[in-house]
Amino acid sequence: MSNHLLTRRSLIASGAAFAMASVMPVAAFAFSTAQAETLIGKAVSEINGIINSGKSENQMYVDFEKVLTRYADTASIARSVLGPTARTVSSGQLNAFTKAFQTYVARKYGSRFREFIGGEIKVNRTQKVNSIYDVQCTAILKGEAPFAISFIVHDASGKFIDLQIEGISLLKSERAEIGALLDKAGGSIDKLTASLV
Amino acid sequence: MFRLPLFASLAAALLLSACTAPQSRGINDPFEETNRRWHETNVAIDRAFVGPVGKAYGVVPDDLRQGVSNMSDTLSLPGMVINDVLQFRFGDALHNSARLVLNATMGIGGFFDPATSAGLPERKSDFGETLARWGVGEGAYVVLPVMGPSTERDALGFVVDVMLDPLGPLLDPSQTRVRSVLKVGELADDRARYSDLYESVLYESADSYAQMRLTYLDNRRFTLGQGATQTTGEDTSGAAYDIYEDFYE
Repeated sequence: MSNHLLTRRSLIASGAAFAMASVMPVAAFAFSTAQAETLIGKAVSEINGIINSGKSENQMYVDFEKVLTRYADTASIARSVLGPTARTVSSGQLNAFTKAFQTYVARKYGSRFREFIGGEIKVNRTQKVNSIYDVQCTAILKGEAPFAISFIVHDASGKFIDLQIEGISLLKSERAEIGALLDKAGGSIDKLTASLV
Repeated sequence: MFRLPLFASLAAALLLSACTAPQSRGINDPFEETNRRWHETNVAIDRAFVGPVGKAYGVVPDDLRQGVSNMSDTLSLPGMVINDVLQFRFGDALHNSARLVLNATMGIGGFFDPATSAGLPERKSDFGETLARWGVGEGAYVVLPVMGPSTERDALGFVVDVMLDPLGPLLDPSQTRVRSVLKVGELADDRARYSDLYESVLYESADSYAQMRLTYLDNRRFTLGQGATQTTGEDTSGAAYDIYEDFYE
């Protein structure tokens, strides 16, 4: 009985493996692109839910930070905005900075959510560029011409690492901003972290 | 004509930059010191004048402001059609011609924008874009007095657009004045409509100069790249993501 089961199981397994192997080269690409698009589709539907929830702005910031931590690779983003400094600090310092940065981003961009109330974001298509998926969306806001938003999803983490609005990269923008703040803090990451919260 | 020396030096700079490979990635800012000084001046002008004017103009009902901006846009359409043709984008030239006809007639002199509702939304073009299309390099980043962020290529494009002005010879002095007023209205409307955005970049960032530079270059390259993919289908986005590679190796 158990033998029979084992045989059946291994048979199914090897059959599945064979099926996988035969479609893999084609499927791997399509699967990941679809996955990136699905991820952003989910993030966008949550964002759409928030901006049309009728909640207060402060409640929306909290919800926005949740979406951010769930769908964005905040650890990599934080490392990226710190630049080379990220390699010289302790993991404790880096973690503290990452947490502070997350709240800073949620507050900074959350405060712009007012403009999105009653609006909608639509996912259009996804393009693979090296190890990056560019999930292209359109933002349709009240009383404004529709504009392009891109979520940049990274292969390794399967989460998004950048948001581009009409080509303006928020990651690059924050890298410049955090760089300037770090200079102002005399190069001290602890002071920088403290200044963010 | 204070513009002539500027024009000549820009033309010379462009000829030089055209000799090297067109650079459209990273930041090319050899005039940073001068640029920063002009940036400070421009911010002071915004604080003292443009910002308050924008804020005051923001009190005018939205539809009226939109109408003024629409009229100003309609008046700039003939110039866009010329640039579309110079860029060999004949589809866009037709598109913008149809916009012009529709908005000038049914849109009551351009006050309304029925063309957009009819499926002919705005498709801007300018001589800076034409130069890019012709293979002229972006040149250095420059901050123009009052006008703000630009590149050598776009600054030259702006000057040419002003001189090329196809409507200019057709307007009498009072009409030219009306057009200028409409243009000021359009700029004030932009300042009012996007006041949160302007203010967060200009007054709330740690280094507003760096933020303006990045925002302008990212957005301008996106706009020009989009035009390229629209008509020729070439992929210009690939190179832009190298920035992430350092951090995800």
